[in-house]
Amino acid sequence: MRDTQGRPLVAVTGMGVVTSIGQGKDDTWAALTAGRSGIHRINRFPTEGLRTTIAGTIDDVTVEPFCAPMLSERLAMLAAEEAVGQSGLAPADFPGALFMAVPPVEMEWPQREALAEASGQTGEITYKDLLKAAGTGRFKAWHDLFIFGTVADRVADRFGTKGSPISLSTACSSGATAIQLGVEAIRRGETDAALCIGTDGSVNPESLIRFSLLSALSTQNENPEAASKPFSKNRDGFVMGEGGAALVLENAEKARARGARILGYVLGCGEKGDGFHRTRSSPDGMPAITAIRQALEDAGLVPEDIDYINAHGTSTPENDKMEAMSCTAVFGERMASLPISSNKSMIGHTLTAAGAVEAVMSLMTIATGRIPPTINYQVPDPSIPLDVVPNVARDAKVNYVLSNSFGFGGQNTCLVFGAEPKGA
Amino acid sequence: MRDVVITGVGLVSCAGEGLETHLAALAAAGAPNTDTASFEPFQVHPVVPLEWDRQIPKKADQRQMEAWQKLGCYAAGLALDAAGAKEDAALKSRMQLIVAAGGGERDYAVDGQILTGLRTAENPGVFLNERLMSDLRPTLFLAQLSNLLAGNISIVHGVTGASRTFMGEESSGVDALRIARERIASGQDDIFLVGGAYNAERPDVLLIYEMGGFHWKKPYRSVWERPAEGGGMILGSGACFLVLESREHAASRGAKPLASLAGIASDRSRRQPGSVEKALHGLAQQLRARPEAVISGATGVQGITEEERAALKDIAPEAAVHATADLIGHTIEAQAPAGVALAAGLIAQGKAAEALVTSVGHWRGEGAIRLTKA
Repeated sequence: MRDTQGRPLVAVTGMGVVTSIGQGKDDTWAALTAGRSGIHRINRFPTEGLRTTIAGTIDDVTVEPFCAPMLSERLAMLAAEEAVGQSGLAPADFPGALFMAVPPVEMEWPQREALAEASGQTGEITYKDLLKAAGTGRFKAWHDLFIFGTVADRVADRFGTKGSPISLSTACSSGATAIQLGVEAIRRGETDAALCIGTDGSVNPESLIRFSLLSALSTQNENPEAASKPFSKNRDGFVMGEGGAALVLENAEKARARGARILGYVLGCGEKGDGFHRTRSSPDGMPAITAIRQALEDAGLVPEDIDYINAHGTSTPENDKMEAMSCTAVFGERMASLPISSNKSMIGHTLTAAGAVEAVMSLMTIATGRIPPTINYQVPDPSIPLDVVPNVARDAKVNYVLSNSFGFGGQNTCLVFGAEPKGA
Repeated sequence: MRDVVITGVGLVSCAGEGLETHLAALAAAGAPNTDTASFEPFQVHPVVPLEWDRQIPKKADQRQMEAWQKLGCYAAGLALDAAGAKEDAALKSRMQLIVAAGGGERDYAVDGQILTGLRTAENPGVFLNERLMSDLRPTLFLAQLSNLLAGNISIVHGVTGASRTFMGEESSGVDALRIARERIASGQDDIFLVGGAYNAERPDVLLIYEMGGFHWKKPYRSVWERPAEGGGMILGSGACFLVLESREHAASRGAKPLASLAGIASDRSRRQPGSVEKALHGLAQQLRARPEAVISGATGVQGITEEERAALKDIAPEAAVHATADLIGHTIEAQAPAGVALAAGLIAQGKAAEALVTSVGHWRGEGAIRLTKA
């Protein structure tokens, strides 16, 4: 089972997901196709003084101590348990590599406060005091907790993945990059299986404020469920969300030989850097256009083959305009009637996890023949004349899906999923 | 499979700027420049002062970056220059980029003021919100974000094939090189810019490693001598980027390879006494290493440093062993790329026909890289 370029075909044999609208892919899918939003008022920390007070946090998963790496690890574990479980591969002896998109971590305020207190300093606190407290040895566990490789290392330990686990970031396209790395490793024949994960549990005061100071977040706090409105004229920013998603990728031939159920295929990957600006994309859309074209070419498809686009669709004025323009450049007049919808209208922007969460939803779309809607679409943007599958899910035969992911730092990553390879 | 060669090196550290300077310092084998005063009782190996304008011409770009990003961006420019790729816009637009990065940095004064205020704040959560909203510089976020070193290299140098950022301390440097090499060898891509950067001169990273008890606080000693007195590492500020390409691609554009990247292996042992020594034996065997020179990534941390020394005695009994940390300090994500740069330099100078670069992470992850004559 090889693709048109003679490379091993890459099958998906297991998927898991956890988001603010459901634990597990079936719950999440039911909510997503029902048009239910997971965005709500933040209860996790006080929001007085903030411009944005809403998010798609996952509040029913508890970890101790509560911090981004712990929650991100837990979400990854939950998603991976579901995915590996579905694949039928050994639950603690995974026969392949781990590629994991994790949020950049650093020590958080509760830990800094604990160190400040332990220092005994009663006057002005400086890092000298924190360093003094750190030297007591009482905080040894926090070294492990707050270095960058730990989340993936713990997941590698739990599932028994092989080799050096890769922790990666390509900002908001990280989840897609994790999948791309897995696809490439299988195609090169380095491994027959890859566990690809995207996870993000980093809604805390400072990370929210950082995005807020860049004016990236929606401030439509009054009605949280309606704040994320991708492609609408009155969209004003994204809403942070939390989530974890895992995919088990396998050399399709090996998967079939062991009798695994194939859920779909990752047929193509495309990526292109953008040197225009740190947070904005090239005005001509060329990098995004190139990434989409590369993904199609890599999949052995032409634009006419694509039945549905799972949009990056963040609900920021900039992204949605650029994405619409880039898609139109690739798909031409057909773009007016090619369904494109944004899961982020319900789940929010799960940042590091988004590409992986949306990959699972793309494959669910293929499997169920149902396209999830873009909710909160009340005021169309005349400059974005697209079929965004407004507000209500739609039944359709979907063989091939394009999933877009774009991020700060000039990251553009696109994936193509299929029920079968073309010509099969 | 295609051969993968190194055609450009960009290296900055406490030893200076450029590969030649570092090779001269390696040959001289003196103690590295150490700053014992700025962060007393901690010491760091501070990067030499750099003329940023030479590689980051726009002041506006410099202002958008914190030190670790500037170091990386500067070294990336040096590597592109050395590879004869700097002026070739078309080449750079299809050049792939993998960066091994951590993150940071913080506004230390703001952190201190907030911590002081939190103690007496009537409503600490609200106080934190208000202070962060008013005191954080909006652009600091981008200067902290892990993948923005890659982003800045794309902006400043026009390297825009596509970028991926690997995290995970020392291992990320080895795996960045490994994946780039595999992608070239398999024919997926022709040319890469790969490397990492580290700023040690900042209290927040000193804090992380102090919590874990990893700092060497006694007067400077070689990493090999430290375990007998308790062990520990000295962080160094620096950056290293390498241009990797297929042999054919290098030949077609007239670029002269320094050395060939013959193989890269990495793994994670579940650490216990003996596991590092065993892992290194396994990696060397996997690579069929017969090195005449070893560039070790040893940290000086007790236990793992002695195990590495013992393994190297078996793997390469005749080889000259140099520790990168004894030249530039420990630069975490940048340490494996820096080791590869030095090994490539030694091979290009004819001082060795084959070299092995080791990476034993201070906490986890083992890797080895085999270089041969180009």
